[in-house]
Amino acid sequence: MSEAAAIHAHAPRPMEGIRVYNVKLGMWVFLLSEVMFFSGLIGAYIILRFANPEQWAAPGEVLNVTLTAFNTFMLICSSVTMVKAFAAIEHGDQAGLKRWLLATIVLGAAFVGIQVFEYIKLAEHGFVPMASQYAADGGGPLYGSTFYTMTGFHGAHVTIGVLCLIFTLVKALRGHYTEEYYSGVEIMGLYWHFVDLVWIILFTIVYLI
Amino acid sequence: MSTTQLLAPNVTAQHWADPSHPDDRPFIRRYIFSTDHKTIGNQFMFMSLFFLLVGGALAMMIRWQLGWPGQPMPGGGVLPETMAPGGILLPEFYNSLVTMHGTFMIFFAIMPLLVGMFGNWLIPLHVGASDMAFPRLNMMSFWSAVPAGFIMLASFVVEGGAAGAGWTAYPPLSAVPEYSGVSTGQQLWCVSLIILGFSSLMGAVNYITTIVNMRAPGMTWMRMPLPIWSLFITAILILLAIPILAGAAIMLLFDQTIGTTFFLPEAGGQPLLWQHLFWYFGHPEVYILILPAMGVASEVIANGSRKPIFGYPAMVGAIVAIAFLGWIVWGHHMFQSGMNPLLGSSFMLSTMIIAVPSAIKVFNWLGTIWRGDIHFHTPMLNALAFVGMFVIGGLSGVFMASTPVDIYIHDTYFIVAHLHYVLFGGSLFAIFAGIYFWFPKFFGRMLSPTLGKIHFALTFVFYNLVFFPMHNLGLGGMMRRIYDPNQYGFLEPLQPMNTFVSVFALALGVSQLVFFFNILWSLWRGEKAPENPWRSNSLEWSLASPPPHGNFEAMPAVYRGPYEYSYPGRGEDFWLQGEPPDGGAVHAPTGGAPVGEGVPQ
Repeated sequence: MSEAAAIHAHAPRPMEGIRVYNVKLGMWVFLLSEVMFFSGLIGAYIILRFANPEQWAAPGEVLNVTLTAFNTFMLICSSVTMVKAFAAIEHGDQAGLKRWLLATIVLGAAFVGIQVFEYIKLAEHGFVPMASQYAADGGGPLYGSTFYTMTGFHGAHVTIGVLCLIFTLVKALRGHYTEEYYSGVEIMGLYWHFVDLVWIILFTIVYLI
Repeated sequence: MSTTQLLAPNVTAQHWADPSHPDDRPFIRRYIFSTDHKTIGNQFMFMSLFFLLVGGALAMMIRWQLGWPGQPMPGGGVLPETMAPGGILLPEFYNSLVTMHGTFMIFFAIMPLLVGMFGNWLIPLHVGASDMAFPRLNMMSFWSAVPAGFIMLASFVVEGGAAGAGWTAYPPLSAVPEYSGVSTGQQLWCVSLIILGFSSLMGAVNYITTIVNMRAPGMTWMRMPLPIWSLFITAILILLAIPILAGAAIMLLFDQTIGTTFFLPEAGGQPLLWQHLFWYFGHPEVYILILPAMGVASEVIANGSRKPIFGYPAMVGAIVAIAFLGWIVWGHHMFQSGMNPLLGSSFMLSTMIIAVPSAIKVFNWLGTIWRGDIHFHTPMLNALAFVGMFVIGGLSGVFMASTPVDIYIHDTYFIVAHLHYVLFGGSLFAIFAGIYFWFPKFFGRMLSPTLGKIHFALTFVFYNLVFFPMHNLGLGGMMRRIYDPNQYGFLEPLQPMNTFVSVFALALGVSQLVFFFNILWSLWRGEKAPENPWRSNSLEWSLASPPPHGNFEAMPAVYRGPYEYSYPGRGEDFWLQGEPPDGGAVHAPTGGAPVGEGVPQ
């Protein structure tokens, strides 16, 4: 505290703002807009589903809930490894940072891989977003359209997240982060947890209800 | 950034201007891919003025068709056969004109002028920062707006022409190419707006972070100039509204391209869903287009009246109230779309309540002018026009908010009159005021006051002659996007009035050339601008014109609010925010605590 007070006395500093540094505040603000984006998609889903209940198949009838439940579990695990990476660098543990970042990347990439596999299998059974080609055993075209739009945009977010994680890992390998400077890891974690949270909501309303 | 981050988490190393070092950035980093907020503001100005010209040219064609329906347009021979064979505008092309006029004006002219230009020009300077919080993101924001604009422009030359379903793009018309005759153009419309959405988001993230975290010592929330308050609230609206548009535009794009049926009724889709999503974005968008204009007008009116702004806290409260209420009124665009009457009534009430904070603002502007030492300089003239025109546009808005009245005037020229009174009479006059006011600061040259006053007089007179009669056209039953009103017998008597409007619309268009000439001429030949030509108070006026890269030589200190005009007992009738109270030694206020010693709050 005395050190901070010394800085306080000698150099003019900006107003306190909300005591969150710029990059972190920027990420929080960006995530707010992401919340609105997914709210728009989820809102449209609710409207369309309530208007056309007959176009939705019973949970598990068309979609493979077991496989996706496993995938969800992996994504939640990747949030845990992300926290471990952050905790590692907070204590200056460079090796831990790299190890846990790598684990997060592997889990995130596996999630995307399984999702692509799931898409291919579903499409083989006629579960497609195109209304005129929908031929699954149950449900209707809106089921397919909303499913691919919502999970697809989430998958795109995970993919972007994995790419950013790789970027973060490269920086970590170069020793860019230290015990005192780790904002890059922290905001990466914020984004990653957000993507994870969105998936939990999507998994619930798209697969389970 | 360095280790200071953990000691003082809100400090970002700022690179202040260094007078001993010449600015050695190479040309491309200085003028093209610049991260300097002032240059980006200038770039937004040139880009948006270009699209303002484009949108204006489209409006001229629309008015030609309505003034002299079916007659060959002078110079129309240069347009290809698919648009205007023999110079006569085709109905399909007319649909594209109406759509693209609205799209260009809203998304590529007014919005980037208000948010991109003023936001970049003013935020770091007004809060006392060296630049935006994320300068590179800021640069990306501009350089993604440019391709978005040119994709939109390019849609005119693709097969089928540009989007023709109106700027609101209601499906099924916008979703099925067979209905409007436009396929690729409508898709490019979606793609362009999605890219522009990214641009706006990057701007909004930057603005919010900069305003929250980078205010100079002493710059408390309630000492921020009103343009900053309005841009802050606008940035929040952008942040929350644009993703809704992006999501809706993506679903529309899927309907058009891969064959989903989100908005198409044949497979259970909901055309009304688009309207809800679009207007849930669209009504906050309306306030995105007027709040910064209000902020700019407040700044100029206080300056031109040489008086503190009347009721500063009420002004701030009104901005917040308008922005909040803007989220719960979208249904008033849909009274005719089929809605539970009870829901319609609640939308009617919530809409009418917006008149209250709007009126607070108007009365506060009047209170500011009241018994002021009014200087009718060009910015002030435009700002006063803003207030007057905003009142007319606001009052016609109350008519439309009333459901029974709206059922009659919905989608008529009354709506066209209303939206032009707020968007042209409101936003654009405030933009003119702001450009005349700040151009000297950012280009180092004064705009010619003579040309400015000529431009103002011509614009103000012609503007009212164009848009006021449109109220009557609308009450007479003339539909909003109609190609040839004379196809209906009951609209034939309105033709003389339409011709009258068109004559003055062309005159209005031509008189804007005075403004463009003024800018181009003054850039090179204008009188050199002093530091503080308007004797104004905010921080940028203590800097050179244009301010150096990095703005301030060190972090400035702020001692008072931005509107301390005609302070009793002072020789000067203005008082710079950064001037120490006793005029002597600088007591650099340290962070955290607001500095109020000897200063009237």
